[in-house]
Amino acid sequence: MTHWHSDPLTPATTHDLQLARLAAVGLALSLLESAIPSPLPGIKPGLANIVTLIALHQLGWRAAAWVSLLRIVGAGVLLGSLFTPGFWLSLAGGTGSLLMLGLASRLPTRYFSLLSHSMLAGMAHLAGQLLLARLWLIPHDGVWQLLPPLMLSSLLASMATGVLTLTLLEQHPPCQAKPLP
Amino acid sequence: MRLALFKAGDLLIATLLAASCFGSFYFLWYQRGQASHVLLYQHGQLVKRWPLRLDSQFALHGPLGATLVEIRQGRARIAADPSPRQYCVQQGWLSRPGSTALCLPNRTAITLEGDSGHDSLAF
Repeated sequence: MTHWHSDPLTPATTHDLQLARLAAVGLALSLLESAIPSPLPGIKPGLANIVTLIALHQLGWRAAAWVSLLRIVGAGVLLGSLFTPGFWLSLAGGTGSLLMLGLASRLPTRYFSLLSHSMLAGMAHLAGQLLLARLWLIPHDGVWQLLPPLMLSSLLASMATGVLTLTLLEQHPPCQAKPLP
Repeated sequence: MRLALFKAGDLLIATLLAASCFGSFYFLWYQRGQASHVLLYQHGQLVKRWPLRLDSQFALHGPLGATLVEIRQGRARIAADPSPRQYCVQQGWLSRPGSTALCLPNRTAITLEGDSGHDSLAF
């Protein structure tokens, strides 16, 4: 029986494995979520952000950026939306929220929990998307009319995401990299 | 779920964001006065400004085809559009100042412009 070995020169570190595992979970959540019907384009719960928050909390900002970007590109490939406007909007939102997470994670942890990170990142996600939409997709100030409902849904979704992540992290101790079966 | 998960700063941020959310509804959606003109856009450029008191029909041309705009009885609507999901058509008649129907795929839009709510000023 033939054994397929991965390249022995560059073995995957446990950090890589944790990162890949989180990205895979995020991808699964993205795919599940795309099956949920939405009243308006752009309004969805954003469950995959739970994974980004967990990565930020346990592995740091660089890992969160990897997990988030891998998930966005992976979802683009699997949903067939790669390089469509929806993909670019998703990337703009992801970039915005990652930059904000980088800033927000410097807030004093004594007063601000993950919930703050989630809410601020949600707002930055929306800001990134609306800016791209205004600059590229529809260069018309009517885009700002979309802000109130999108901001409301974004705020509610990011609160829910933050609370879910907090309870998840409380119930489950930080995942240690386990050997793959 | 325990409340101890939240911290003081979380409540502060939640309050600030909720306030700005309601503020955005107030400033962007709630506009006084009567709509007086309809502005027609194609490719982000203003192509026509038309008074709402005159009934009329216009065609705007985008990459997918023609968007038909109808103006009747002081209101305006997108009567037909080639965009696949028809969001701007489903918005129906627009009558309040500031309200907008965007046909994103066809890059056309209409916006109602209001007067300030004062018919006349006397000193």
